[in-house]
Amino acid sequence: MDRKPLLVAAWLLAAVLIVAAASAQEGGEDYPTDDDVNRVAKNLYCPVCPNTPLDVCETKACEDWRAQIRDQLAAGWTEERVIAYFVEQYGERVLAEPRRKGFTSLVWILPLIAISLGLTGLGRVMRDWRRTRRSDKAPDETLKSSPALPPDVLDRIERELKEIS
Amino acid sequence: MLAEIGWFALVMAFGLSVYATLGGAWGGARGRPALVASARNACLLVFPFLTISVGALVYSLLRLDFSLAYVADVSSRAMSNFLRVTALWGGQQGSLLFWAWLMSAYLAAVMLRRWDGDRDQLPYVIAVATLTMAFFVGVVLFISNPFARLWHNPMTQEIVSAVFRPAGGMPYAAQDGGGLNPLLRHFGMIGHPPTTYLGFTGFVVPYAFGIAALLTGKAGDDAWIRSTRRWTLFAWAFLSLGLILGGRWAYDVLGWGGFWGWDPVENAMLMPWLTATAFLHSVMIQERRGMLKIWNLILIVLTYALALFGTFITRTGVVGSVHAFARSALGPAFFVFIGVTFLGSMGVLFRRWKDLRGEHELESAVSREGVFLLQNLLFLAITFAVFWGTVFPLLSELATGTKITVGPPYFKQVTGPLFAGLLFLMGFAPLIAWRKQGLRTLGKAAVVPVLGSLAVAAIWGWAHRMHPASIFALWMVSLVLLLVLYEFWKGIQARVRSHGEPPWTAALRLVGRNRRRYGGYVVHLGVLMIALGFVGDTYFKQETQGTLAAGERLTIGEYSLEFQDLQSYPGSDGREIVEASARLYRGDKQVADLHPRRDFFVVQEQPVTVPAVYSTFEQDVYVLLVGWEPIGFQSTTFKIYLNPLINWAWLGGGVLIVGVLIAGWPTRATASELTYQLRPRLARTPAVGGG
Amino acid sequence: MADSIPSATPRPEAMDRPVLGTLARPLAYVLMLGLLGLLAWGLAQVNAGPHQAGLAPDFTLTGYDGRTVTLSELRGQVVVVNFWASWCPPCREEAAYLERTWRRYQAQGVVFLGVDWVDTQKEALAYIDEFDITYLNGPDIGTRIAQAYRIRGVPETFFVAKNGELRGVHIGPLSPPQLDDKIEGLLAEDPDA
Repeated sequence: MDRKPLLVAAWLLAAVLIVAAASAQEGGEDYPTDDDVNRVAKNLYCPVCPNTPLDVCETKACEDWRAQIRDQLAAGWTEERVIAYFVEQYGERVLAEPRRKGFTSLVWILPLIAISLGLTGLGRVMRDWRRTRRSDKAPDETLKSSPALPPDVLDRIERELKEIS
Repeated sequence: MLAEIGWFALVMAFGLSVYATLGGAWGGARGRPALVASARNACLLVFPFLTISVGALVYSLLRLDFSLAYVADVSSRAMSNFLRVTALWGGQQGSLLFWAWLMSAYLAAVMLRRWDGDRDQLPYVIAVATLTMAFFVGVVLFISNPFARLWHNPMTQEIVSAVFRPAGGMPYAAQDGGGLNPLLRHFGMIGHPPTTYLGFTGFVVPYAFGIAALLTGKAGDDAWIRSTRRWTLFAWAFLSLGLILGGRWAYDVLGWGGFWGWDPVENAMLMPWLTATAFLHSVMIQERRGMLKIWNLILIVLTYALALFGTFITRTGVVGSVHAFARSALGPAFFVFIGVTFLGSMGVLFRRWKDLRGEHELESAVSREGVFLLQNLLFLAITFAVFWGTVFPLLSELATGTKITVGPPYFKQVTGPLFAGLLFLMGFAPLIAWRKQGLRTLGKAAVVPVLGSLAVAAIWGWAHRMHPASIFALWMVSLVLLLVLYEFWKGIQARVRSHGEPPWTAALRLVGRNRRRYGGYVVHLGVLMIALGFVGDTYFKQETQGTLAAGERLTIGEYSLEFQDLQSYPGSDGREIVEASARLYRGDKQVADLHPRRDFFVVQEQPVTVPAVYSTFEQDVYVLLVGWEPIGFQSTTFKIYLNPLINWAWLGGGVLIVGVLIAGWPTRATASELTYQLRPRLARTPAVGGG
Repeated sequence: MADSIPSATPRPEAMDRPVLGTLARPLAYVLMLGLLGLLAWGLAQVNAGPHQAGLAPDFTLTGYDGRTVTLSELRGQVVVVNFWASWCPPCREEAAYLERTWRRYQAQGVVFLGVDWVDTQKEALAYIDEFDITYLNGPDIGTRIAQAYRIRGVPETFFVAKNGELRGVHIGPLSPPQLDDKIEGLLAEDPDA
């Protein structure tokens, strides 16, 4: 007699667990929302229109593609799988971010090389210019030995200095 | 009749340009002042003739002379007069004429300037500038002519466009024109193309001066730099304005919720802007210390070359873009021109390389010179990264046969850190002295701004823990802001103490007496505000999309949008409008009544989405009408963007222009007389009456 | 001379050493010519129209119904290659005409191939259903076929003669009797020509 409530409880618990497991698979009733579709579409470019991201493109073709993404997400595909499908179907140009493998990796590598070369070049140039300075005679000597400025020029200099201060 | 006059004026302008080029080159090479004077007059006359051409075309657009192919292409009965005038630059042919016209205005102004100090440069400036002029007018006249008429061949039933009557052709006038692309039918059309073109074409002036200096062997002097700095500033200011207006226009019209897409044509505008900005800064080193002559010349040539490159890729469609014009035959001609220009400029530069050696010496790497050098490097690095990303798809297609897209993720990741470095330098540079800066003095000066900005960043970080990268960005922005404000404060303090003026007078006088410096700081403030806009766009943007029935709400952040109803009605200009009414709530309070709509242009079969925006300093709530149920208008799909801090970008643009005006506004003593040549080493007499 | 007057200018030797070495100049020219070459190639690509002559680029098309066809295996037959997409309004204009003409010339060995360019399977099947299309239609995986034929958009129809050579392209929707005329002309050709 005492075991009956226990059995009922066990069945209830099992039922609840099964339902919970089932709904957990769907990921919520509203999945995939427009936002989910747009989140995936953001990484893609319209295969037809030039330089237009897929989430903002307004053409019928883009609407069809977003609908396709929605169906694929609803079928349980991950974002990576959807994107891989797009790349296979429509070519690499649908990717917004260039791949880091193969020939395309050059687009990432060259700026790094350019900046490193620039910094080294800058360092060398600055070092050369500092060496030039040190190898000169002392600057005070040169100042003393330069010809004096004519007085009218000195006056003008004074005037201009006053003006800018 | 009018079109014939316009066409004839074009012929005259072309003839004059060619004459001026030859006269300038020959007169300069053989020392014939009379010929040079004649070439100068010819150059001057190009502008009035092109004005006649432009006038004729604008009149034809207004009066809807549909016998002209261009008018039939870009104008239409449904368009307002305002749009008909802006249609001047709405298509390839008209915009090329507009470009040539603006360039001729610059050249006319240059010809009217006082040439006392650099009369020996005049022949070559004329030759180089009018050669460019001749190219553009020639392209308009021979390849892409806006005065081409429509001809109907009754035998083949074809309609062709040509300047002169083809065999068997009868004059033909269309019933109505195609009209401007619907995206261009917007008030922004008056702002963005003219300012952008004024920016691009203006760079021909410093370029001509630079090449002339190289050709005459005077590139080692500083005269050409002083001559051209103002012209470069002027062109740069317009290019900056063009960029800002372009961003604003894209924001209003495209419906992407953003203002910069890293599209190839946008990049094409950005690159000359970057090198011109680098030039405007490094020219200060040349003025102060006589260094970097080669470098400044390279920057000038590069700026002009990039401007040409930009217009080349826009007009020929070599790199695909949303901005591209329709394909035309001007590709090959343009290509030859840029080939000649690029290679020729390089050749002249290399030939005179030795002339350009200046006195290069550096006391310390920690100095204003060092900072400027680093800044130049950063600007050039960004330019290279943008250039590389723009041409790489072409290279990839050539090398591997696959088409790829280099999109915003590349540009943001590569240039982001570099821009951050530039911002950093922008803040610290004024604190760093010429020749050598002691680190202790630097530290003392920077203490308050650094601590203050760390405090701001800490508060921000506590409030917005989710975005660590943004904390760094905000710290950077507030640090630079405090550093710039510190400069103003320091200057005002000095005046208050030495002249006993009240602070506001001190501030005004400070800026008035040192326009270049403090105008520059104001520009930096503008740049900071724009940077703030970018920070908001990069880190804090939110978006959501959802379908609503009447009365339902869509929530984003602390805002919610409630759909009221949908209306459909015909609008001006041949469009069908579907407009939604929606109420925007912030929390529980209603803050706005929004009407996003979608206009459908029936003739062009093209929709234009018009967003409804609720703007505050904090953010924009940007609402788009994305879709609706065709029957019954019951459920409607909205997309909402929350764009934080975006209005700071537009404000910053305004501040930037104010700063340029302050910096560039001529003082009583004009630039040519302020020499700052306090260099006792050079044995030459200071330029009293010259330059 | 340089010793008697206190030297105010830096010693010349320090300045003559080039910053980047003697390679800099030729390298600069090479890079510039490379860039110009790239732009010239890009320009040629933009201005080049669709493939119109020469041997038709070979491809293998897997239809939505599972059938597979390789163009080179169809040597000896007249082939009409039509690029289309479900989202393209002008394609709809010619769809019925294409199907009609296919049925008429099917017996004479003319092959129609429909290449579906950047489309979604769902919409494509709906389109095929709507116009009751029976000839082979398949997606252009990776847009390789479209790139080989250098199409600019859809619809574009290419005509392949019996010997495998391209005999021109029709850009835009076909209307009667354009397609019939073209096919008749190709059928009349000698396959060994």
